[in-house]
Amino acid sequence: MNQKTVVVIGNGMVGHKFCEKLAAKSDNFKIIVFGEEPRRAYDRVHLSEYFNGKTAEDLSLSHENWYNEQNIILHLGDPVKEIDRENKTIHSSKGLILNYDYLVLATGSSAFVPDIPGVDKDGVFVYRTIEDLELIKNYALNAKTGSVLGGGLLGLEAAKALIDLNLKETHVIEFAPRLMPRQIDSAGSQMLQTKLSTLGLSIYTNKGTSSIEGENRIEYLKFNDGSELKTDILVISAGIRPRDELAKLCGIEVGTRGGILVNEAMQTSDPSVFAIGECALFNHNIYGLIAPGYEMAEVVAANLCEGDKTFHGFDMSTKLKLIGVDVASFGDPFITEPDSRSILFEDTHKGIYKRINISNDGKYLLGGILIGEAEAYNMLLQTVNNKIALPPNPEDLILGSRGGSSQTENAGLAGLPDDALICSCEGVSKGSICNAVSLEGCESVDAIKKCTKAGTGCGGCIPMVKDLMVHTMKENGKYIRNVVCEHFQLSRQELYDLIKIHNLKSYEQVLDNVGKGDGCEICKPLVSSLLASIWNDMILKRGNDTAQDSNDRFLANIQKGGTYSVVPRIPGGEIKPEKLVIIGEVAEKYGLYTKITGGQRIDMFGAHLSDLPLIWEELIAAGFESGHAYGKALRTVKSCVGSTWCRFGLHDSVSYAIRIEERYRGLRAPHKLKSAVSGCIRECAEAQSKDFGIIATEKGWNLYVCGNGGSKPQHALLLASDVDSDTCIKYIDRFLMFYIRTADPLTRTAPWLNKMEGGIEYLRNVVVNDSLGMAAQWEIEMQNIVNSYQCEWKTAIEDPEIRKRFNHFVNAPEEKDPSIKFDEMRGQKKAANWTTA
Amino acid sequence: MVETTTNWFEACRVEDAVQNGGVCVKCGEEQIALFYFTRRNEWYATQNLCPHRRQMALSRGMIGSVGEDPKIACPFHKKTFSLSTGECLSGDECAIQTYPVKVEDGFVYIGLQN
Ligand code: SRM
Ligand SMILES: Cc1cc2nc3c(=O)[nH]c(=O)nc-3n(C[C@H](O)[C@H](O)[C@H](O)COP(=O)(O)OP(=O)(O)OC[C@H]3O[C@@H](n4cnc5c(N)ncnc54)[C@H](O)[C@@H]3O)c2cc1C
Ligand code: SF4
Ligand code: FES
Repeated sequence: MNQKTVVVIGNGMVGHKFCEKLAAKSDNFKIIVFGEEPRRAYDRVHLSEYFNGKTAEDLSLSHENWYNEQNIILHLGDPVKEIDRENKTIHSSKGLILNYDYLVLATGSSAFVPDIPGVDKDGVFVYRTIEDLELIKNYALNAKTGSVLGGGLLGLEAAKALIDLNLKETHVIEFAPRLMPRQIDSAGSQMLQTKLSTLGLSIYTNKGTSSIEGENRIEYLKFNDGSELKTDILVISAGIRPRDELAKLCGIEVGTRGGILVNEAMQTSDPSVFAIGECALFNHNIYGLIAPGYEMAEVVAANLCEGDKTFHGFDMSTKLKLIGVDVASFGDPFITEPDSRSILFEDTHKGIYKRINISNDGKYLLGGILIGEAEAYNMLLQTVNNKIALPPNPEDLILGSRGGSSQTENAGLAGLPDDALICSCEGVSKGSICNAVSLEGCESVDAIKKCTKAGTGCGGCIPMVKDLMVHTMKENGKYIRNVVCEHFQLSRQELYDLIKIHNLKSYEQVLDNVGKGDGCEICKPLVSSLLASIWNDMILKRGNDTAQDSNDRFLANIQKGGTYSVVPRIPGGEIKPEKLVIIGEVAEKYGLYTKITGGQRIDMFGAHLSDLPLIWEELIAAGFESGHAYGKALRTVKSCVGSTWCRFGLHDSVSYAIRIEERYRGLRAPHKLKSAVSGCIRECAEAQSKDFGIIATEKGWNLYVCGNGGSKPQHALLLASDVDSDTCIKYIDRFLMFYIRTADPLTRTAPWLNKMEGGIEYLRNVVVNDSLGMAAQWEIEMQNIVNSYQCEWKTAIEDPEIRKRFNHFVNAPEEKDPSIKFDEMRGQKKAANWTTA
Repeated sequence: MVETTTNWFEACRVEDAVQNGGVCVKCGEEQIALFYFTRRNEWYATQNLCPHRRQMALSRGMIGSVGEDPKIACPFHKKTFSLSTGECLSGDECAIQTYPVKVEDGFVYIGLQN
């Protein structure tokens, strides 16, 4: 068959998606693409990640040979400058003249730059392409204060990027009376503004900018109200302008306020010319989001292949990413009485604002706004889009059902129709995801991503994809046991028991006896941790070394760039001056960055792999031992100074912390363990934020358990009060053994308790009243572990076989990794940023 | 497949390699990760550079399998790659280069394409 030629102008996100779709559907087209930018289409949605170390290649939407493999001809860095509709040809800037049968305009949009005097000064940027970001990054090196003009979706993202570039002050200037005026209402904006201020953004609303002042480069901004603001750099994010200039030039109809007019089939006023993405004007709308752009690409690709698809507008729901505050808006966020009723929830303490708009009859959800907490976003969006009937108490949707069960969520999933769109970027429906699980055997999110592409766009739907997967597997009668991975059809607790019963001592033995295949990065560290908890053998014993997580394998934390950190144990945080001197000397000798950690000890960063044994040799000779900062093991027991010096101290918290740290040092557990001892209720050691924490009382000690810091902080709960030192340790022995035996992998004590039926009461019964009759056995087991303690680093440096493993090159043991780079900061070194080569 | 000349680079002795794990081989200016599965008695070699954050790290990762396919997990963020094809198994990253390996007289050789 005769091939038709399709010329695509613009190699942005939508242009690329169109090529993907058309190439997948048919071989009948010769596709030729012109791109103005110098590189293949990349992920503009995640553009800001360029500042967090993603490279241009990371962001690229295709691999290097993709266009070649698809027989698509790609001309980069060669914008089309003219369309000759009569002869159906295009003229490129480099002088190419080509015929087309169909022309697809995917020219996107450019940043709208308002006509303010001084916009051409140095230091004024827009935020749209990788090149823009490169310019900003370089300029920001010499800037202290930054400002963003525009408080919309993109402006806030740009502001966050400026904060991340380490500017001292960042300002956001918005002309409208509130932030994100197109997505959220004024109460929501108010809450958002408060939250953003705590992140260090200064926000000005109702502020019109009259000029940009400065000699050659920007120095300050002048506003209509006469005020001024000093700034070294300005990013303009005042909206987008569709790139319709080519279309206009050749007489294709455009809207009065810009945008190429299209019909339902994305056809322009010339039937052989189509427009898709941000340059297209459909029904008076420019769709500045990626999902509708992809849908438009689908419509044109399908229609060229004689399909029959039309575009019907698109939902503009969005969830703001990156800024550090959850913000989402869906359906019709603004609709009010008399057309609907709204339910509002506001918590100024936590900075949460939620609004849902429901139909007057209370049956349907019409839209809403979430600020500060947006976990429910996906489900709410589905409820609107699929017209799912609301529960009798719709407020549960934003407050959670206060009877306390997660039933509602699954009921919600089951209730979604098969054609409910789960991933709107890639247009993947619930039905396709369920099919991938049931028919294609996809039983992990990665597998589903591969099979359906769901979750590969903005990624916002991934939690829901995962829930759907689990839900479908359950429906299919798959008993979802919490099995470890494909190599062990067992839960962690079952594995724990089997290892003990069969007396298994190495990873390979465990795999031979109760597993299958070759293992993986999930089961290996898990089994290793179990072996260490049960037998307390040296973790690098031959055969077990390569089954350890990287940090355990090299007994140090791997750092950005491939060096390691060294943390010697400093029990209770107490250290003699001589030992401080040794640390200083070692750090100086090996060129290490030093820092006091949050765990009351000293970390030395930036050690080359092959220096680790040498460093530890010196530290051990001076009486130090491993601090297990790398292991899922007991880390630190912090202490306050206590009764030896403190005027309020009730007992000697330091001595007790040292005793506890020395007892449990290095104890392997499902996750890391931390502890602290405070000398009185003022709690200077923060014991109530630890896995187990102890506070002195008039009569003894109070023991608190199951607290942690981290991303979901939780206070520890009182397990026993006024106990003496020995009893307290007995309880801790029991508590820890119970945890080690029963917790799921990588579960800290707090989530472990949260899932325990009966909660703290039950735990107290087990630990204090010995309701399971296990106490005596656990105490013996713990004592065995304590007795068999050895400093792993001491064993490692004394064993030449193990030492050999600390070389970077097997065939050039004396050479260090030449790719490791450092930068300087405040007179010490730091790891060079993630970079391109 | 087209026959091309393969230049066999002597990497190390069998006993220098790490059982069920990787080592890094210096090959001129290049770094190649060499992996040894004892239970399959199979060897694999790939670039040492992880494409995700461009870290020289794959040799320090954990090997394993998914179904029958052998794989390597990068120690930094646990992206996984097939050792037989180099393809990224965690979705988005680009594929890594793989090299043939042979063992002769107790020495391990990596095949470089010239
Ligand atoms: C070095 C240190 C920061 C510092 O300079 O102060 C640190 C550094 C790391 N922390 Fe931390 N944490 C450090 C104190 C803390 C504290 C404070 C404390 O212990 O009192 C916390 C909150 C308390 C807590 O854990 O409950 C803390 C909560 C975390 C978490 C969150 C844990 C959670 O349950 O949510 C992680 C992530 C994890 O472990 O999965 C983490 C993970 C990490 C890792 C290991 C990330 C990693 O895997 O590479 C960092 C290693 C850096 C490196 O390259 O060596 N770090 N980390 C601190 C070492 C303390 C020490 O002496 O061993
Ligand atoms: C920082 C940032 C964050 C964003 N975040 C989100 C988000 O979270 N969610 C979301 O849905 N959307 C987001 N977007 C919007 C999303 O990126 C766009 O909707 C999408 O990129 C539009 O795709 P497009 O192909 O229409 O335009 P573009 O991706 O802009 O591509 C158009 C391409 O055409 C080229 N071109 C123009 N004229 C010519 C010519 N004459 N000849 C050849 N080539 C030409 C341009 O140089 C450009 O490369 C964000 C955008 C930015 C900038
Ligand atoms: S906790 Fe009590 S003993 Fe410790 S420093 Fe504070 S006041 Fe003093
Ligand atoms: S650097 Fe390898 S997974 Fe991130």
